[in-house]
Amino acid sequence: QDNRISIWSAGDLGNAGLNGEYHGEPHLLCDIQHNGDVMDMQFLDQERIVVASSTGTVTIFRHHQNNQTLSADHRWVKAHYHVDQDTSSGGAACTGVVCNNPEIVTVGEDGRINLFRADQKDAVRTIDNADSSTLHAVTFLRTTEILTVNSIGQLKIWDLRQQRNEPSQIFSLAGDRVPLHCVDRHPNQQHIVATGGQDGMLSIWDIRQGTMPVSLLNAHEAEMWEVHFHPSDPDHLFTCSEDGSLWHWDTSTNVSEKPSFLHQGGRSTAYLSHSTMNQSVVSAWLSNDPTKDRMEITNLIPNQTLSVNSLDVLGPCLVYGTDAEAIYVNRQLFA
Amino acid sequence: DTVPPQVVPGADPSARQLCFAWGPAEVLVCETLFGRAARALLPGCCCPALTGSVAGTGDGAPSSSHVFVVRRDQDIYIHTLRKLFNESHGIFMGLQRSEEELAGKSRKAQLVQVSKNYRSVIRACMEDMHQAAVSTRDPALQGQYSTQVSILSAMELIWNLCEILFVEAATAGPLLLRLLDWVRLHVCDVDSMVREVLSSESPSKHKLFWNVVDVFVLQGRMDEARHLLSKEASANPASMNMYKILDDLMKKMPVPSLGNTQTLTELELKWQHWHEECQRYLQDGTFASNPHMESICKILLGDEDAILEKKELMTTWYHFLVTRLLYSHPTVKPMELRFYAQSSMDLFLGGESSPEPLDMILMAAFEFEMHQVIKECSIVLSNWWFVAHLTDLLDHCKLLQSHNLYFGSNMREFLLLEYASGLFSHHSLWQLGVDYFDHCPEFGRVYLELHIERIPLSTEQKALKVLRICEQRQMHEQVRSICKIMAMKALRNNRLGSALSWSIRAKDAAFATLISDRFLKDYCEKGCFSDLDLIDNLGPSMLLSDRLTFLGKYREFHRLYGEKRFPEAARLLLTLMTAHIAPCSFWMTLLTDALPLLEQKEVIFSAEQTYELMRCLEDLTAGNPDKQKFQDDDVETTKVEMLRLALARNLARVIVKEGTVEGS
Repeated sequence: QDNRISIWSAGDLGNAGLNGEYHGEPHLLCDIQHNGDVMDMQFLDQERIVVASSTGTVTIFRHHQNNQTLSADHRWVKAHYHVDQDTSSGGAACTGVVCNNPEIVTVGEDGRINLFRADQKDAVRTIDNADSSTLHAVTFLRTTEILTVNSIGQLKIWDLRQQRNEPSQIFSLAGDRVPLHCVDRHPNQQHIVATGGQDGMLSIWDIRQGTMPVSLLNAHEAEMWEVHFHPSDPDHLFTCSEDGSLWHWDTSTNVSEKPSFLHQGGRSTAYLSHSTMNQSVVSAWLSNDPTKDRMEITNLIPNQTLSVNSLDVLGPCLVYGTDAEAIYVNRQLFA
Repeated sequence: DTVPPQVVPGADPSARQLCFAWGPAEVLVCETLFGRAARALLPGCCCPALTGSVAGTGDGAPSSSHVFVVRRDQDIYIHTLRKLFNESHGIFMGLQRSEEELAGKSRKAQLVQVSKNYRSVIRACMEDMHQAAVSTRDPALQGQYSTQVSILSAMELIWNLCEILFVEAATAGPLLLRLLDWVRLHVCDVDSMVREVLSSESPSKHKLFWNVVDVFVLQGRMDEARHLLSKEASANPASMNMYKILDDLMKKMPVPSLGNTQTLTELELKWQHWHEECQRYLQDGTFASNPHMESICKILLGDEDAILEKKELMTTWYHFLVTRLLYSHPTVKPMELRFYAQSSMDLFLGGESSPEPLDMILMAAFEFEMHQVIKECSIVLSNWWFVAHLTDLLDHCKLLQSHNLYFGSNMREFLLLEYASGLFSHHSLWQLGVDYFDHCPEFGRVYLELHIERIPLSTEQKALKVLRICEQRQMHEQVRSICKIMAMKALRNNRLGSALSWSIRAKDAAFATLISDRFLKDYCEKGCFSDLDLIDNLGPSMLLSDRLTFLGKYREFHRLYGEKRFPEAARLLLTLMTAHIAPCSFWMTLLTDALPLLEQKEVIFSAEQTYELMRCLEDLTAGNPDKQKFQDDDVETTKVEMLRLALARNLARVIVKEGTVEGS
């Protein structure tokens, strides 16, 4: 098997043509061989990428921008393994990684949570058997707290300051314990968390109250692989699924007041409009009432065939990859 | 048709006995130690059964034996071809889903578009492969890539011709134009020469100048030819007269048009006039002083010898064919092509060389023998990709009669099945194969069922994808089987939660029971529950199996006890036994758990409940009289005695309590 980590350049903004359409295809800058399937990856900082492998190894790659090469900076071999680290034939797949420079947290099929620091050789902390089932994804709740989701439909909060190996809180779905595959936290309001399940259901949780989700939205027809709040405009949520669709969930109430991103200083304008809006926007995700017609849901893929495995969104750009071995870049998300 | 024998390097039947086993897409060949009475073997006789060999009495010394994996389809592992497979899958799916209701012209236009899409994918792949060949430094790889480029180029050539003749079914008139485009696109050995002459300072002085003019004329590129000739005329004023006439002839040449501006008869008339005019000029000796121009005029008249003289410029017999048609029969009908094709090939090859496989395939196409084309391509090409997709497209054009093959399915399905089966031996392209199987109505499902169970499931995510595919197609057997495999793996790695999650997915009660038993065993051994986060949060999945329900309830009992809610705990405990939720093997443990409750200061069990408990105990002890172990084991007998005593005492207390009138 030949798996590679690649860095692509999607071109610069200056290339926009007359109607603002983007011309030119992404082209490959550099790549490097990777052992095992890439299960998850995240940028640690401007130059370094942390990659989780199906062999249980977690690697930090460094992108040298001057000569456009990639090199493996550091590797934690068998960070995830079954039964016995020394004798186990293969590791257990590392299913999720999240970074908060210099801390890196990984979770895997072995139900283990590892806390690494980028400069330290060994794990800072390992919670063995944190979960009796597979941990599918992890994200930071606060700087010292993480959220994990597992394959028996539970959302757990772990406080890394505490030494005991127990979650500080466990949330679970009401009915069937459908496995949860992805989790993301609202960028500004830390009590709002979104998770995606094996049945394609999107759940919104308020972790201040209750142990069950606030709203359940019937979304995809198959596993939801990833869910992301837009980092700068969290009224927008994106989910992708095994059924080949990528949905854009839009709860911004007033279309005319929608902040524009393509102007200079778009950030400050966005902030202004948010603060002038009343409380209803702030809790748009929590008080979800379909009859009020506040949410617009669009499928961004015209001809869907195979699964969309992963997506990421930043500013006006959306990038996603499919099982048809294709990567798509959409640079005009809010146009 | 014989298939060339494959040689497996390293496998030597004369040295070791070989045996083989068929797999989904490969053959396993291995060396065995079955004894051969080697010396008794007759030459040519290689059947071990006849010699009555005995296992283990090999005459060879024991040494390491090898297992060979013989794969038929190596192409799927070529990295640059992956784009071809992925993109064509998308086009294939689009075609299957496309509107069947569109009739006539719009449907045809749609199919032509699909064909063009396929071709552009082939071209893109060729481009990539070419880049790879240019940039690699390994000569072996370079050779491989170059071979691939020429194979892809040949495929596109054939596909393009099939598109013109079968999919678009060009009629007389446009047919010639399409064929001209086809030749211009594919015979490009002369491109570098053309570029060289055009970019030189004074093209007319270039030694290859007339060659380039000839190329343009042969390919019917009149404007470009005239443009070059004008340069010659301006450089050489003496020939101005001749040039003007020739230029005029070339300008006036009637060609078929794509629109309906003229009928065929009109075209033929015009062409006849023009032909005669050219004839006159030639016979008058107008071009006698310039042999180049004279030969051009002869070519315009369709003089075969003149055209054949330019063999090196045309390079192929099909170029010769099209040039011939252009200048002698521009209104050729599709059905007449075969005659011209055969004679062109004969004239061009002239008996010096014999036709190559590519030539035979193109000839079959000109003869409108679609089945022959497909058959020849299947033999020559190493991979089923080309024939599978082309046949599917032709089938959608309703051009293939349902030509029932031996094994019940038609040719399209057969080829698609072969292609998809090849994909399944790849660790990642198998996902494409699934969709192909879906569109094979007769055997697709069966093939899929067999193949899908054999995909190696290295990560849970891969297993989930396979499961989703099976569930969407109601392949329940496979779902159960895969979930069982994953659950067993999880169990072996001590991931009880994962194992339970897999059994819930498959609704596998038996496995859930297995897992619950494992939990209970752990409890009995360690005295406490492991993985409380799982057992405490079973939810509705508890109902999947009785044992699982028991586990959940038992854990609840412990929790109630821990919270000191003794009456509820007691009630639960009793229900577990009386409702027969608890397995009999566990009753002793349950009764033992009841002991502390019986010994509490306050009375917990009511009289009714105590009677129930006593009954349970009696059931347990009286149950099997030949349970020797039960009576011999001291601990067991002590337990039973203690229980009896506790029960009796409790009964006594509760009778008193219940009999007492509780005053305030």
